[in-house]
Parts: sequence; structure tokens; C-alpha cells
Amino acid sequence: MSRMAATRDGYGQALLDLSGNEKVVVLEADLGKSTKSLHFRKAHPERTISCGIGEQNMLLVGAGMAASGYIPFASTFAIFTERAFEQMRNGIARPNLAVHLCGSHGGTHTGTDGSSAQSIEDLAIFRTLPNVVVMHPCDDVSTRALTMQLPALGKPSYMRTARNKTPVLYDGRENEIQIGKGITLKEGSDVAIVACGVLVSESLKAAEALAEEGINATVVDMHTLKPIDGALIDSIVERCGALVTAEDHNVIGGLGSAVAEHLVANTFAPLEMVGVQDRFGESGQADEMLEVMQISAHYIALAAKKAISRK
Amino acid sequence: MAKSISELEEIARKCRVEIVKMVHRAQAGHPGGSLSEIDLLAGLYATRMRVRPEEPKWSDRDRFILSKGHASPGMYSILAEMGFISHEDLKSYRVLGGVCQGHVDMKWCPGVDFSAGSLGMGLSFGMGCAAAARLDKSERRAFVMIGDGEMQEGSVWEAAMAAAHHELGNLKVILDRNRIQNDDFCEAQMRMFDIPAKWKAFGWNVKEIDGHNMNEIMEGLDFLEAPENCKGPSILIAHTIKGAGISYMENNPSFHGAAPNDEQFHQAMVELGEVEA
Repeated sequence: MSRMAATRDGYGQALLDLSGNEKVVVLEADLGKSTKSLHFRKAHPERTISCGIGEQNMLLVGAGMAASGYIPFASTFAIFTERAFEQMRNGIARPNLAVHLCGSHGGTHTGTDGSSAQSIEDLAIFRTLPNVVVMHPCDDVSTRALTMQLPALGKPSYMRTARNKTPVLYDGRENEIQIGKGITLKEGSDVAIVACGVLVSESLKAAEALAEEGINATVVDMHTLKPIDGALIDSIVERCGALVTAEDHNVIGGLGSAVAEHLVANTFAPLEMVGVQDRFGESGQADEMLEVMQISAHYIALAAKKAISRK
Repeated sequence: MAKSISELEEIARKCRVEIVKMVHRAQAGHPGGSLSEIDLLAGLYATRMRVRPEEPKWSDRDRFILSKGHASPGMYSILAEMGFISHEDLKSYRVLGGVCQGHVDMKWCPGVDFSAGSLGMGLSFGMGCAAAARLDKSERRAFVMIGDGEMQEGSVWEAAMAAAHHELGNLKVILDRNRIQNDDFCEAQMRMFDIPAKWKAFGWNVKEIDGHNMNEIMEGLDFLEAPENCKGPSILIAHTIKGAGISYMENNPSFHGAAPNDEQFHQAMVELGEVEA
């Protein structure tokens, strides 16, 4: 049994690890205990700015600080980042100011708070913004590694983290994590499953189930949705000839769309998208939500077989 | 103060000429709010702003954030007057590839510290600049100009509350209270009741002035810089006239975002003393 951890904890640890850089500042909107920026705040209150429950202001305070030479990390729930979308668009992405926004508690996996808190569109909306890098890592190790790379990015970013614990996949493998580079976790030649966030481990489970039926699947952790790793997509299309995407996000605009956009412009393979089917969620435990939304390992395996049948 | 009141008034007059020329040339843009703010900008830039036009990105410069970014001709005219850009550059207003984009843009124009154009954003950005200055232990200030209609954006009040909470005494706001917004008079669109009381209630130092009287503008800027007003954020509420200086534009909502025709342009130049009647 692998270690279980929440990606938000990897984010919080990374902020603390980055605090030796005097230019790193943390912005909060009354959810530091939840997004895990609280560790930084406790260690460096002088470099932490509480913006109260005011996400719009928080993002532009970050913009002003970035324009003054600082490296701001702002976080709130994924759903509330959306409230400040236009601030992100006009005040951060447009002037290309390196503000790093983290939306925790993303997806239906966030659970019992229900549909008001289950962001299923954050990856899509931020992906539409020029200059913005969009990430959704799957475990605390990769979340920490990606976050540690952000000060050198020189452009704005959005990272979705999750509330609940998921299996840790990268213990001891931090050096393999690089912004913009997907990671092949399992190699097979019948079908490729490209996943992000909490559905990466579900995809590995699906691959195990498929293997019992004699189907060999490739599993890719596409932790960076933008820029999408096109070279990796090309290579798995070449090897497998059929693709599945898996995300705890609306099938409109997220990872599936990013992969499809690359496919239609570069190569061809049947693609099945596992994701939230353009509907809102409800209160439920994290694992229950994956079943209700039909995005668990079972459904990923079904989609894989369908993709193979379309070859 | 290096410049006399009459010298400052002359700077403002020259800027008014450029504002009207820019908007007439482009046959688009926002003359009304540019003309209402220009005396304030002239007074601020010519006597207070610690900036280096030859080194616009000097890290310890005072920041100026024009939150009402559509009133860009006013800002471009004073930037040209100060030497950040040339008067030739002013011809690029709203022209493809021009440094003078429709709304002020820090990526395009030297001397512009904030890419504006969407209302309600500049005060938050200015708060970030002020917070950064404090962390740097720098004396630099962040001046933010907002419009009165803009105060209808809720995010302005998020920033107002936060800046006072953090006691950002290096954050200075100038409110261009010209009483007109895009569609109509503010009073018709959204009454804002007692504006000074609102800012006081949010914990700000507040002073009201006539935004077209250069003596009062100097007093107002003195107020913003006074040591006792540097313990928390301060706002200068400047009562202005939209379209000030051009008779047919004054208090006329039609000239919030419309250009004068050739005949009106000529009349404006006459009124500004540029040509004989």
C-alpha cells in the first residue's frame, strides 16, 4: 500500500521550502488553513498578506507585487479563483506578470461540500488565457516539485490541487518532475490513458484491470495541461493508436480538450474522454463522487476498451 | 516646489490641446475623463512624482496607476510633457502598433505602470505596489487615480478595506469626481451618497478639493504627503468637471467616449488659445 497524501500538502510544503527566497510572498483570502499556505504564514508573517475574503483584490495585489519584483503565491479554493477570472485575465495574464495562483479543493473529488465547491471548469477557463501555465499534479511529491519550479518560470501560472488524499506515486522521484513534460508511468501498446490530478491513480488501477484482460495500457500523468506535451502525445499515439483522457473536470475545455486540440492538428487516433459530463455535482464522499460522475477506474477501463474498438 | 501655479496651469493647457488632438485624430477615445483629470495629473507629475523619464523602469520610482485606464489621452499627454514619450508618439494613439494603446498599457508605453482598461482594478494593484515598497523599506509611493463611476465596482471596496487594514501609508488615491459615467450622470446610474463618509468609514484619510484649482491641488497633494497622513492610506476627492476646458464637452455625458468633429475640434483649439477664432 502506497503512502497517501493530499496535493495541497505538497503545495504548502513547497511554499515553506521556497521561503529562503526573500522575493517570495504569500497572499491569502482566508483559506490559508485549507490551501496550506498557513505554514509559510506562521514562519514568515511579514511576507504574508491577508486579503480577507476578497479574491479579486488578492490577485491584483499579487500583480502589483510581481510588477515590483516580488514572486507572489496566491491561493484559495479552485472555485473562488474563478470569481477573480477577469483580474487574472486583465491584470496578470495580459501584462504577463508572474503571479502564481493555486486553486485547492478542485473537482468533484472535493466531496461533501457539494456542487458549490466542486470546481469543474477552472482548468478550462485558465487554459484560455495567453501566457498562463496550467497544472494539475496528482500527488504531493509532484505538487511540491512543480511549485518549487515556479519562481524560475517568469510567467503566471494556475495550479489546481485537491483536498483529499490520493496515493503518492513519486516518492524519491522528484527529479523526474518538470513543468510541461508529461510522465509515462506505465508503458503498454494497446491504448494510452492520459490523466491528471486525482484520476492518475485511478488510471493506474484501470490499467491493472485491463492487464488482467490482456490489454496493455500506457498511463501518462499529464500534470501540465498548458503547454501540453505534444511530443509525448505524438509518441503514445504512434505506439498505442488509441487514447483515453481522464480528469475530474468538465469534459469541455480541460485535459481532454487539450489533447484533442493537439490530436486534430497533428495526427489522428480515436479518443475517449472520461470526465464530468457537463453537469454539476452534489454532496458525497470523494470516492462516491468518482462513481457518481462515472470517472473512476472502472469507467476509465470501459473507455479504454471503447477507444481500442474504434481503431 | 520648482514650478509656479501659472506654469502648472500652462502644462495642463498644453495637455488639453494634445488630448483633444489625439481623440480628434483617432476619431475615438475618451476626452471627457481625460480633461477632468488633467489638472490633477499635471500637478502630480510636475511637482511630486519621483520618476526618471530617461529611466522609466527605475525600480525605486513612485508608481502612478491610472485605474480609469480609458482616460488614457490625459496620461499620454502628461507623459509626453514629462519626456517619457515624444509628442510624435501621441500620434500613435489607437493606431496599430502604437505605444499609445486605447487604454494605458505597461507593456506598450514607457512610464505606464499598470495595464488598465477594466474598472475597479487599479487600487488593488496599487496596494500591491505599496506593500512591495514597504517590504523593500523603500520611500517610494503608489499613487492611484480612480474615477467616481468606478467606485460602483465592488472590488474597489475590497481594496479599500484591505489597504486600511494593512495601514499602507504609502498608498495615495486621487478620485476624479467628475459626476459622469458612460451612459449618463452617476446620479442617474447609481447614486453613491456620501462618498467622503464612505472612505472615512473604511479607515482612510480624506480631503476634498476643487480638482481644477491648481492652488487647491497643491494643498491636496501636500495633504497626501503629510507625515500624519502616511500612517494609513489617504484619498484626495477632487471635484472636477467632465470635459473641463472645452465648453461643449463640459458636463456633457456625450463626450465621455466620443470624438469631436472637425468643426468642434477647431472650436476647441480656439477655446484653448491655440488658434484665432
